[in-house]
Amino acid sequence: MKFQLTEDQRALRDGVRQLLTRRFDAEALRAAVDAPGLDRGLWRALGEAGFFALRLPEADGGVGLGLPEAVLAFEEAGRALLPGPLIATHLAAGEVAGAAEGETVVAAVDGSGLVEWLAEADVVRGDAAGAVPLRSVDPLTPLHRVGGGAAVEPVAVLLTAAEQLGTAGRVCELAVQHARTREQFGQPIGAFQAVKHLCAGMLVRTEVARAAVYAAAVTADRTDIAAARLLADEAAVLGARDCLQVHGGMGFTWESEVHLHLKRAWVRARRGGASTESEELLAADLVA
Amino acid sequence: MDLTYTPEEDEFRARLREWLGKVLPTLPPKPSPDDWPARRAYDLGWQRMLYDAGYAHVHWDASPTVRLIFLEETEKAGAPYVGAGFVGLLHAGPTIAAEGSEEQRARWLPPILRGEEVWCQGFSEPDAGSDLAALRTRARRDGDDYVVSGSKIWTSHAEVADWCELLVRTNPAAPKHRGITWLAMPMDAPGITVRPLRTLAGSAEFAEVFLDEVRIPVANRVGDEDDGWRVTMVTLSFERGTAFVGEVVACRRVLRELAGEARKNGRWDDPVLRRRLGRLNAQFRALWRLTQWNVSEAESGVPGVGSSVFKLRYSQARQELYDTAADVLGADCLDLDRPWMLDRLSSLSYTIAAGTSQIQQNIVAERILGLPKGR
Repeated sequence: MKFQLTEDQRALRDGVRQLLTRRFDAEALRAAVDAPGLDRGLWRALGEAGFFALRLPEADGGVGLGLPEAVLAFEEAGRALLPGPLIATHLAAGEVAGAAEGETVVAAVDGSGLVEWLAEADVVRGDAAGAVPLRSVDPLTPLHRVGGGAAVEPVAVLLTAAEQLGTAGRVCELAVQHARTREQFGQPIGAFQAVKHLCAGMLVRTEVARAAVYAAAVTADRTDIAAARLLADEAAVLGARDCLQVHGGMGFTWESEVHLHLKRAWVRARRGGASTESEELLAADLVA
Repeated sequence: MDLTYTPEEDEFRARLREWLGKVLPTLPPKPSPDDWPARRAYDLGWQRMLYDAGYAHVHWDASPTVRLIFLEETEKAGAPYVGAGFVGLLHAGPTIAAEGSEEQRARWLPPILRGEEVWCQGFSEPDAGSDLAALRTRARRDGDDYVVSGSKIWTSHAEVADWCELLVRTNPAAPKHRGITWLAMPMDAPGITVRPLRTLAGSAEFAEVFLDEVRIPVANRVGDEDDGWRVTMVTLSFERGTAFVGEVVACRRVLRELAGEARKNGRWDDPVLRRRLGRLNAQFRALWRLTQWNVSEAESGVPGVGSSVFKLRYSQARQELYDTAADVLGADCLDLDRPWMLDRLSSLSYTIAAGTSQIQQNIVAERILGLPKGR
């Protein structure tokens, strides 16, 4: 048992992080908020880097890697708040022409009866007839409501958990950076126990979620995935809230990055029929 | 990332499982928790069985993964935990092994392994709990002896211990972490008074130990004079991520029992309670994965910072588990004869013992996240 990232996995994670830092930094994030719309150039760059074809066999033109690698890539996407129907397109690679290369944008009807990025999609999987747009809480995730939902693949649940893990780690970093530098009462606010304990709680939730998400990626077991999802949702949503609290008044402004993390975490937490389904699955496991 | 075990590890597990299946039925019934001499005899008897079967060393020189397997399998089989052997096997023993002289190792280590001597831990004091280095029990040198006076508290197994790993202040003028010395104190030395301490669970699990001019030979000092803090810290991280393996396995078993009870008494039909049990399942599964993560990390030689992270979440989850047990039982939760209800009381200590959750949060914030020290 060597439940640690391999050298290759570290390299992959660092590579994705570098790509996203280059192509979607804080400035690009602000620009995307001001002018919503999917960046097709970025989508193709992700395709070229193998983001969508990561799990496609090499014989089919893919990268031929597995779920653990996909989880690391989606964790980075979550950290960077990368917008777009990333999971739907990733899952369509090899099935929908152009998805693997990032030429085709694929959206999908979700278990909760929502579709993300419907208007920008070239292909929609599931029945999106009569879709009605909502005023989405997340400025970077346009949403439509449709009549029925669709069954959600466990892999989609796991990749969402990976994105949540990315957010959880990132908001912890943002909170710690702010707590180290922001001074009040003549010292950095991070010297106050009340602030310290908020930050410690964020790290604890993140690391517990990380172990659950990575293990679920290794086993691909449905119950493990359900557990990973619950802990990652918790780490992302509570983490973003605590990060906002640590930022004080600044955290409540539109200019701060924090609200974008919280809003995206809320959107992701509703995917696939929300947490109650995972809770029921885990309850059923106890009496199996 | 790999969650599979090597053939050697699988073989160890199979062999252990087979042995447990054979010997556990021969164990006498567990003695009453209030009968200390009987508990001592029972726990030492178990250690002797482990010794004879070649498993006594597992806490000392097996790899973290083999320890994980050992703890997982023994808990699953319902075997006794280390009990009265805890301090000797998991703390004093490793400290002596790492920092003691050849002579000291020969004197103290074999009886621990063979289940012949019990150790207790004289660290905490009434005015030095989480702030351990604030301890005030003082020792002055008199010829070949240290003469020790003061008091210790929360000393498990003190009533039946043969030895106490004792931290004393030998240099009051030095900075508080520097003037401390580690001594092995024989518990039958004149001047020692042990007074049982009744906990909120109603039983006397701990004791207060009063020391009045107790003479301890200088030869019983492990490490240098005034260097006891370092000596202690070397082994506080000894358990390398495996400290809670058995307990997490036990909590997962309790959770299944709770679900079974809820199905029997009809509370399973309450979706709020059912989902709470599902969420607890997620928590304890994740804690198990974090254990595997920490063990793998320890095995790659990286010093673990994960123990505070783990303990914070585990202690909270364990309390949630027993609070949920109370809701599964309904009004019966007020009856201490019902299962889990004494454990519910015991679980209240988890956020206090071995560094309170508040101190652990400071450790995480300062040592892992690098936030400034402050008050």
